Amino acid sequence: MDLNTVAEVISPAGPGQWRPGDAWLGGGTALFAEPRPHLSRLLDLPSAGWPALTLSDDALEIAATCTIAELADSGYPLARQCCQAFLASFKIWNVATVGGNLCAALPAGPMISFGAALDGVCLILGPDGPREVPVADFVTGEGTTVLDDSELLRSITVPLSALSAAFAFRQGSLHEHGRSGVLLIGRRTADGGLALTVTAATKRPYVLRFRGLPNAEVLQIALSERIPPDAYVGDVHGLPTWRRHLTRLYAEEIRQELAA
Amino acid sequence: MRINGSEHDRAPRPGQCLRTYLREEGCFGVKKGCDTGDCGACTVHVDGRPVHSCVYPAFRAADKSITTVEGLAGPAGRHPVQQAFLDAQGFQCGFCTAGLIMTTAALTDDQRADLPRSLKGNLCRCTGYRAIADAVAGVVNVCEPAAGPAVGASLGAPAGPQVVTGTARYTFDLDVPGVLHMKVLRSTVAHARIAAIATEAALSVPGVVAVLTHADDPGRLFSTAQHENVTEDPADTRVLDDVVRYAGQRVAAVVATSEAAAEEGCRAITVDYDRLPAVFTPAAAMRPGAPILHGTDSNVIGELHAETGDVEAGFAEATAVCERTFSTARMQHASLETHGAVGWLDDDGRLVIRSSTQTPFLTRRAVAALFDLPLDRTRVIAGRVGGGFGGKQEMLVEDLVALAVLKLRRPVKLEYTRAEQFIGATTRHPFKVTLKAGARADGTLTALRLEAVVDTGAYGNHGPAVMFHGCHESLAVYRCVNKRTDAVCVYTNTVPAGAFRGYGLGQTTFAVESVLDELARMLDIDPITMRERNIVRAGEPLLAPGDHADDLSIASYGLDQCLEHIRAAARTPVPPVPAGWRVGDGMAIAMIAAGPPGGHFADATVTLLPDGRFELAVGTAEFGNGSTTVHAQIAADTLRTTPDRITVRQSDTDVVRHDTGAFGSTGVVVAGKAVLRATTTLYETLVAAAGGRELDEAVLKEIAARAGAPLTGQGSFDGTPRSVAFNAQWFRVAVDPRTGETRILGSVHSADAGTVLNPGQLRGQIEGGVAQGLGSALAEHVDIDDEGHVTTTGFRQYHLPTYADVPRTEVLFADTDDAIGPLGAKSMSESPFNPVAPALANALRDATGVRLTALPFTRDRVWVALDGA
Repeated sequence: MDLNTVAEVISPAGPGQWRPGDAWLGGGTALFAEPRPHLSRLLDLPSAGWPALTLSDDALEIAATCTIAELADSGYPLARQCCQAFLASFKIWNVATVGGNLCAALPAGPMISFGAALDGVCLILGPDGPREVPVADFVTGEGTTVLDDSELLRSITVPLSALSAAFAFRQGSLHEHGRSGVLLIGRRTADGGLALTVTAATKRPYVLRFRGLPNAEVLQIALSERIPPDAYVGDVHGLPTWRRHLTRLYAEEIRQELAA
Repeated sequence: MRINGSEHDRAPRPGQCLRTYLREEGCFGVKKGCDTGDCGACTVHVDGRPVHSCVYPAFRAADKSITTVEGLAGPAGRHPVQQAFLDAQGFQCGFCTAGLIMTTAALTDDQRADLPRSLKGNLCRCTGYRAIADAVAGVVNVCEPAAGPAVGASLGAPAGPQVVTGTARYTFDLDVPGVLHMKVLRSTVAHARIAAIATEAALSVPGVVAVLTHADDPGRLFSTAQHENVTEDPADTRVLDDVVRYAGQRVAAVVATSEAAAEEGCRAITVDYDRLPAVFTPAAAMRPGAPILHGTDSNVIGELHAETGDVEAGFAEATAVCERTFSTARMQHASLETHGAVGWLDDDGRLVIRSSTQTPFLTRRAVAALFDLPLDRTRVIAGRVGGGFGGKQEMLVEDLVALAVLKLRRPVKLEYTRAEQFIGATTRHPFKVTLKAGARADGTLTALRLEAVVDTGAYGNHGPAVMFHGCHESLAVYRCVNKRTDAVCVYTNTVPAGAFRGYGLGQTTFAVESVLDELARMLDIDPITMRERNIVRAGEPLLAPGDHADDLSIASYGLDQCLEHIRAAARTPVPPVPAGWRVGDGMAIAMIAAGPPGGHFADATVTLLPDGRFELAVGTAEFGNGSTTVHAQIAADTLRTTPDRITVRQSDTDVVRHDTGAFGSTGVVVAGKAVLRATTTLYETLVAAAGGRELDEAVLKEIAARAGAPLTGQGSFDGTPRSVAFNAQWFRVAVDPRTGETRILGSVHSADAGTVLNPGQLRGQIEGGVAQGLGSALAEHVDIDDEGHVTTTGFRQYHLPTYADVPRTEVLFADTDDAIGPLGAKSMSESPFNPVAPALANALRDATGVRLTALPFTRDRVWVALDGA
């Protein structure tokens, strides 16, 4: 929709330019999907021309402005699967960005699931310089992140070892191809352990790490102890009790799948 | 920016989205369905890639090449996908069609092979998606106009070529020079008296032309509901009231030279509310001492307490008695075109309103009455209407637009946002229904008792009428002599409910058919046999407690055939399902009157044109219901010509004398009958004029030339007497008890619509009704929080069925011929909705042993019910 209060677009924009009334603009699919009467300027990031994907010896750096379509076509199976978990259609993928999904910080944001499950690290640029925050800690609650208003998300970097690890994926929704109510990713770690990432069901990501592959009981106890009951989201996309139940169900399915 | 091959230099505004820019540049095929990136109606290609233009920043497209539906085919003809949608008739109202075509044209082969995923960003509210699947697959469903009878053939909609090319003109698809934009400030509180409104700051916003408040109200009470008989609905509404009765009610309207200025003006208004206590449920509204919304004594706006026979005696002689309480959700119509109207004064100073309405004539009458205008100084036009479903049998915008136009003497438009559809339009009436039924061991019903509490929201539009209708056919379809109804319709401080497909019957049928199913189980009787023991039969009276219009009878009967179709479906083998899943079957029936009681009028005029063709003028609006197609078919056969030689003019108060409107499933049975009469009259005139010659083109031209004035035929129908139509739905489901997921393995719908005038369209209407019914059963609910605010204000919170959600439904027709309807036809636009939810509930009961009583059955709720069972 038209953001009628916006009087100016700064393009390209960078750290240090933010002032009250500004919003960082990625693809625009989230920003333009709600009235934003408090905005007067858009700080355009895609025009900065950051390379979408940068591969180094041990890591993949994904620019915040990398589109969902670019990530989906990157050849990494978990990336593809997480993109498929979007409620949004492939047409939105052509425009929406990885960074935009992270910054929206919705429980169902599948780029959060992706980054958190792979031990991704966010590179944040601000007026006082850069800083790094693990993706799992980037989102602090429903719609909230560690970002200061003046800061922007530049990229997330995921280790190749994690990207190439065995993983198992489960998504639950109230509707076929619908918005995620529960999204769990299990990954075998290099030391033979398990990293289980719970998203969508909870207000922020929870990453549960196990030294070896836990047995069923240990897994369930860990879920109970690590994720408090009030961490589960209750909204039109699913009752909290159902999300908690599916989290437990899918966690066990993932455990079994990765044990096989 | 390059748009469809030509350069456009005008710079977009900084915060503008591509959708509105393209429309400003004349690409009216680019539609606003949601404006949030969810529905896909605005899909265009940017440098060849499909995007949702409503969430695409326009400035970013400055150096890009844009293709819209208007440019898809290139200089001439139709793109193969456009042709495919035309051949399959992959649309009804057509408002989503441009987006679907632009999406389909961009699909890879892999994406075509996975349409449930590939089309999840394209919402269609009308079709149920089967016709869209056919279009993508290249299936041809329509036939060309040819010699021989047109009635009975699956002719395509006359507007099809315009719909698929993006050139069909909906409400706002035209330039109105100098048009002003209106935005509405809505109440943030559920119940209050407005102590003060400060408008000065708003008036000083550059571009703001006027601010309208309750000080500008014309001072007349009316109902937004539109019925032939005005007294059917309580007059409880003002254009702008000094009391707000729900969060979302109009408080003020700002008219400005741009939408931006109008929005800014709304933000600049300050309102002082004197808060009043509010009630959000009928139970709270009926408590002693509850705040009264209107008048002085009670929030009950309609009630029915009546009995036939002796219900207590009936229960006493029953072998088994079952009683359950059911609740249904608020639903939104979610027509892809939102409410809206644009008004102006024509050269003669006459008020003209172009609106997205199902009732142009009644709306003209309502506007004229509000502002003391003679009818001939008021004209209401509907363009092609982007979906209705009852939601546009309501005056929600025209009054305000008229007020502004008359005050300012300038053109004014008001277009709802999608969020306004949820917070400031109408919903389906939520019902709470307690149904008690008793039967003898052989299944014969001994007594039925229906208790209904109907929540009409803050205003009574359609409330009593929906309550009465809901309490009639749902009971009258059973011949049980002992019946009792106790129903109340109650005001609450919530968004008003209004007319919605089925008009109350869906809600009560859910209860009746669920309890019948349960009773059959108690007696160990097959549910189809249970129906056969009790359904009303041809020649029998239709009886329900209360004073109902007495012009209703069974003028054709096919319910027995519908049940046979369901029985055959139930015999089909069960496909394999994953381990742990549970399978079950369920069915339900429904009956509906073919038209509303109390008169529904239509006039039609047919004129022989000088070129030997015909012009048919009818009042009804076309919103995908397909009545235009059928009217042309009826006219063609009566006039012994082909439908392509008939031009239909419609939905304009200037073209005929009167038409009650396109609601109550009357497009065929009422307006169609007027068409039949008009064309029959003209045909007789022409036969006489031909003097024994065949009425070929040359003779028709000669007759037209010879006549001093145009030769016309007039026809009318007053909508009485009325017949009834029947529907039966069957589902086979598989349920995963671990997750609550329900998969529909089989869906069969049998309909008795009398003589089928256009099988392709009828199938489409039924599939669309089933899809909407599935939305009610599996997904849709408008939620209201503790303060009375609607919290589901967009398609991300309010889940409309997508391609992936809707199974194929096998549609079967009973073979009947109605004694009342035109050429033996009956109505079939609302009724397919009604048996869907109970059939699904009964299938879930069969699969799981659990009786679900509250709609919708989302996966989480199903899991909770099974987990607690």
